Amino acid sequence: MAMKTESRRILKKLVKNPTAMLGIFLLVFFIIVAILAPVLAPSEPGKDPFKMLPAKTAEGKMIWSSNPIAPDSTHPFGVIGKYDVWYGVVWGTRSAFKIGLIVSIISSIIGIIVGSISAYFGGWIDEILMRITDMFMAIPFLVAAMIMTTILGKGLDKVTIALIIFGWMQVARLIRGNILQAKEEQYVLAAKALGIRNFWIIVKHLLPNTIFPVIVQISMRMGSLVITAASLSFLGVGAEIGYADWGTLLNYARNYMMQLDKSWFAVVYPGIAMVLFVLAWNLVGDALRDIFDPKMRA
Amino acid sequence: MLAFIIRRLLILPIILIGVTLLIFSMIWMLGPERLIGTYVKSPEALKSEKAVERLIQKYGLDRPAPEMYVKWLGNVLKGDFGYSNVGRQGVLQSIMELIPYTFELALYALIPVVFVGIWLGVIAGSHQDKPLDHGIRIFAIIGWSLPDYVFGLLVLLVFYSYLKWFPPGFLSDASMKVMREGPWKDITHFVTIDAILNWRFDILWDAIRHLIAPLLTLSYLWWAYILRITRSSMLEVLRKDYVRTARAKGLSEKVVINKHVKRNALIPVATVSGGMIVQLFAGTVIVETIFARPGLGRFTATAAVTLDYFSVIGAALFFSLILIVTNLIVDISYALIDPRIRLS
Repeated sequence: MAMKTESRRILKKLVKNPTAMLGIFLLVFFIIVAILAPVLAPSEPGKDPFKMLPAKTAEGKMIWSSNPIAPDSTHPFGVIGKYDVWYGVVWGTRSAFKIGLIVSIISSIIGIIVGSISAYFGGWIDEILMRITDMFMAIPFLVAAMIMTTILGKGLDKVTIALIIFGWMQVARLIRGNILQAKEEQYVLAAKALGIRNFWIIVKHLLPNTIFPVIVQISMRMGSLVITAASLSFLGVGAEIGYADWGTLLNYARNYMMQLDKSWFAVVYPGIAMVLFVLAWNLVGDALRDIFDPKMRA
Repeated sequence: MLAFIIRRLLILPIILIGVTLLIFSMIWMLGPERLIGTYVKSPEALKSEKAVERLIQKYGLDRPAPEMYVKWLGNVLKGDFGYSNVGRQGVLQSIMELIPYTFELALYALIPVVFVGIWLGVIAGSHQDKPLDHGIRIFAIIGWSLPDYVFGLLVLLVFYSYLKWFPPGFLSDASMKVMREGPWKDITHFVTIDAILNWRFDILWDAIRHLIAPLLTLSYLWWAYILRITRSSMLEVLRKDYVRTARAKGLSEKVVINKHVKRNALIPVATVSGGMIVQLFAGTVIVETIFARPGLGRFTATAAVTLDYFSVIGAALFFSLILIVTNLIVDISYALIDPRIRLS
């Protein structure tokens, strides 16, 4: 019940907030692009659409020279390193959602489990789990993800694993802090007195009352996770060569670094896609944070 | 206070050991077959299966993990991080050589962050919901959404390819020649400071010209971040009773903001500064790569691409050392600033 009215209150506030609406509008736009990818940028039938093939000329011939080709009617966003930028941007949207959703959901679940166990049981369990969390936080995120992908090898799946391994700690800390506060509330004490099992107290009573800040964090992190994944591809340790991914396109642009004036489109178009994608999540996350922040509620 | 510092210092070795454990388990994940490749210098040595077996035994790569960890940790403590293919010398030597470049970049980046970020945040906070505030907020949210590597490539596109103002790289060839052949003395290994000490203002100008674009790329994200934090904490403090009292006393708005609000509003900024410094260092991976500057960041990136495992791992150890030390300093100085923490 409480959750339903809370959700309704949030929805009402979101609709009233113009910047949040802009964020939601952008998100819907990206979802549509991702769904319509096969229509917007048709792939070769029977082939994996995420593996980009060399672009074709207007006459249908494959392009073999790796010189960048400026945007024209057949390639609206140009061609970089033999690959069609438009195709990469459109299918890259799917890659972005895939990696962002998988990483943020799985790492949040891990974080929720670790954080709630740590806070609820306290004592030495808490101490051990929190020291492990500290340990994982002691390597800068980008550097940690880089070593992980160096060791695991190239590929978007490896990037996903690397980001999950080093991405659960903030949620764990957040949940722990919230549960520590909620633990002393009357209803939890009452549930305990009634002899309800620990597991159910956490799942039914504690989590619903502490989960909203986590939702804010997930939406704020979606953008930054996608950026980090793409930065790995940009550096050359992320997705495989030719994978439809925004960072990979920028990596091709990097090969023409000293003549970016001939390859600007490979920076500008994927760049715009990334900025808008991140902006969308940030706007929504920002609005959600203001809504949940009791200081701003008044 | 003392108890707080002692407790903090006692946790330090635990975290350090934890980090080495974590990093070691990554090395261990590589498996002996891949690790052996980092020990031998020529591919011929790995021709036959027997030779590989022998080498694995020779370097003890088939030993149980705890034994390998102790041996590895012993080597690390002695300063032996292995051989770096990227640096063409020991990993530690390579890192030591590159550290001044990265420190120079990351530390200079703090200057615009602190000044521009806080300044804009105070302006936005004291003009809440006026056009100025909206403008600054839009700048902040766009800045925060723009990935540094996209921004860096755009900077390169505009200021180098198009305007030809700021060249990439570290120094022009002429300055490099002076540094190699003299008259030039390496004193601090920070090229900007050395240039002043050597009385070579042409080289100083050259270094600054090469620094502007990377500094901009490394720091603008944090202008936006610090701005947002300053603004929201200004708004919170402005609502406090003592501010109303100050206004009621008839103090001018300028005095209220500068003397009463700003100081308290900057405490949250101090808390995030530790994370920011660490992120600035990590950001050099991207920035040094884009602008082709020598440094720990580009070393890490190159090592990762060329699968130079020991270099990557050595660099990771250094980055986490920077992180741990920074956090320690920030925590202690934060306790010094804010009495509430000291007491609890």
